[in-house]
Amino acid sequence: MTQKTSDKSRRNFLKSFGVTVGAAGVVSSFSLLGAAKAAAKEPEEMVNLLTADGQLVQVDKNQLRPTVTEPLNELQKRGREGIAGKSFVMVIDLSKCRNARKCMDACQNHHQLRADQHHINVLQMQDSEHTAPYFMPKPCQHCDNPPCTKVCPVDATFKRQDGIVLIDNERCIGCRFCIAACPYSARIFQWTEPKDSEKYKDLTYNIEANVPQKKGTVSKCLFSADRLREDKLPSCVSSCPNGVYYFGDRNEDAVTNGTTGVTVRFSKLIEENAGYTLMKELGTKPRVYYLPPKDRAFKFNGDLLNEENLH
Amino acid sequence: MNDNTKPKETTLSFEKIKQDVLRPMQTHRGLELWIVFLIAVIAVCGWAYYVQLRDGLGVTGMRDYVSWGLYIANFVFFVAVSLVGMLISSILGLLKVDWIAPISRIAEIIAVAFVAVAGLVIVLDMGRPDRLLNVFIHGRFQSPILWDVTVVTTYLVISLLLLILPMIPDLAICKKEMTNASPLLKKVYSILSFGYTNTPQQHKHLHRMVRTLMVLIVPVGLAIHTVTSWLFAATLRNGWDTTIFGPYFVAGAFVAGAAGLVIAMYFFRVNYKLQDYLTDLHFDKMGKLMVAVCLVYIYFNVNEFLVPGYKMKSGDNTHLKELFLGSWAIMFWASQLLGNIIPVILMVNKRFRKPLPLMIISLFVLASAWFKRYVIVIPTMLHPHLPIQNVPDNFKHYFPTPIEIAIIVLSFALALLIMTVLAKIFPVVPICEIAEKEGIDYKIED
Repeated sequence: MTQKTSDKSRRNFLKSFGVTVGAAGVVSSFSLLGAAKAAAKEPEEMVNLLTADGQLVQVDKNQLRPTVTEPLNELQKRGREGIAGKSFVMVIDLSKCRNARKCMDACQNHHQLRADQHHINVLQMQDSEHTAPYFMPKPCQHCDNPPCTKVCPVDATFKRQDGIVLIDNERCIGCRFCIAACPYSARIFQWTEPKDSEKYKDLTYNIEANVPQKKGTVSKCLFSADRLREDKLPSCVSSCPNGVYYFGDRNEDAVTNGTTGVTVRFSKLIEENAGYTLMKELGTKPRVYYLPPKDRAFKFNGDLLNEENLH
Repeated sequence: MNDNTKPKETTLSFEKIKQDVLRPMQTHRGLELWIVFLIAVIAVCGWAYYVQLRDGLGVTGMRDYVSWGLYIANFVFFVAVSLVGMLISSILGLLKVDWIAPISRIAEIIAVAFVAVAGLVIVLDMGRPDRLLNVFIHGRFQSPILWDVTVVTTYLVISLLLLILPMIPDLAICKKEMTNASPLLKKVYSILSFGYTNTPQQHKHLHRMVRTLMVLIVPVGLAIHTVTSWLFAATLRNGWDTTIFGPYFVAGAFVAGAAGLVIAMYFFRVNYKLQDYLTDLHFDKMGKLMVAVCLVYIYFNVNEFLVPGYKMKSGDNTHLKELFLGSWAIMFWASQLLGNIIPVILMVNKRFRKPLPLMIISLFVLASAWFKRYVIVIPTMLHPHLPIQNVPDNFKHYFPTPIEIAIIVLSFALALLIMTVLAKIFPVVPICEIAEKEGIDYKIED
């Protein structure tokens, strides 16, 4: 994986500060510039800030600077193009999932979602009456033949060169055809004002994280495309305590486990563990691969749901 | 109401036809009250739409799983009813079925009103109606929504032309006769009659134009409802993923449209006192037509439900069981029985094809047609391929909220208002065409 310049990450860091300052409503009475001018003063006044990945931190108010954000057009342009030379894939090892749901929490934090809104959802599955139940995390499958992008009337949801299916909530008209078209129920809709919309209203829209979320538009898993640009693993992958997720690049034939950090051959992992994709008969060609729940590391401890819910 | 009036063809004169048709447009007091009432309903329900705009689609019963609800079902219904224009004035007109002459204009009025409001209902369903122009700025022609926008607008334009062009001779009469009309309305008559004086040449040109439109509207009419069905059939969902959705929807549309037409015919017959023009014969013929289209629709229903019901594939299994025996059974069977099967059994009897009984049957057929669309749209959304889990209880069911219902009432009130206004300013029965059919000579002076 390549190194980014430290300048860039600092800029992003400052960006996340500046944005959250006004939003947190702590520095409501005077401008950021005013705060910056007072830099020489003693550092006793601290403010609480929320970082981009949802951590609450304290910062000396004197050190606040106005933000340097990239213009919307630049973010949109690179967001639509994707990362050249990459072909992202995810592998989910069902034998390791114990329904810890750290992935869901991290995802909701990252993408500013409520607790009932899922870009990734851990489902309790039972394939048929006499088969063993298991937990199945279900993100967007980032299909190579996506039924959702086909039906979009305005090119608001689209597939980019690195395989990720994104959604542009600056363009989405809220017709919800993509939700109807997705056989994996991977898409959600902002039926009301999104969570903390007041707090984030001045944030420049980042198409690669789909934040801030907007009322009346569709949202879904993005493989944390903003983190991929910084050579980080998706939020769900790196937050899993149980080694369920592998994420990587099919072109390099390498995927990295988000818990252990071990990188393995993608093709070998799939071959040795009989990896498969969901509902392959639909011809959607998912980029999310599953390893069957064999030799389970954890006992299934969910409630069996009634039969009608399980196909 | 005078159902026993015999058609008195022999006593009709051009003067009488003119009088009978133009009188209710000028003197009908109830009509104005009705318009005021509809505007009041629209105003009240418009407030519901304001609430939806302000607070988002969260004010509806829709959530992430049932993401299409009442609005989309209602949209399909409106498109279906509007197809009656194509069925009556075009298909039957091209086949030279001559009894349709007095009812074809009512059919066109229904078509125009319902297709115009159908387009609006889609906008009511949008999460971001403020971005409507994106459809034109960023439109992707690969999306069935673009096809729908295209055919709905085309159908509206052709239907409007099919309403106005055959009416030109009548409008020339209105221009002369409607002396009490407001100056604005006089202007409308004057412009839309295009100086028509019924010279043989004008007559020939007009008929040629109307005929061309009648041919043109057939593919457009088929397309409008076929494309609407593809909004569903283009997905991979249980219950929608089927190949016969196009013709199945078109057949259903003929049923709904014919029922709507009968109700409108009855209304005008009684309220406009047009018993001499909308005669028992017309209701009898419409009853027979409804039997025919209902039988075709029943045939499609058998195919649509029996074939997957026989195989019971895993996805269809849950869906069909819910429809046949589960929580949707009452609505499903009621719409099939009251909307198709029982009406056919009744309407093969001559006495049920009399105006009043046929109108009552049509009310059931039309209501069932509406519920049938509801049964087509919502249960499928509740039966996705993967289980619905980790969401609040209201995501797992769907019931429309009062706001949603008010917005649906708004759409109906608007369609009725358009119909009423059209019937207030234009003759609902074609004066000149009837005279021609009766062999009465007439003159139109400029």
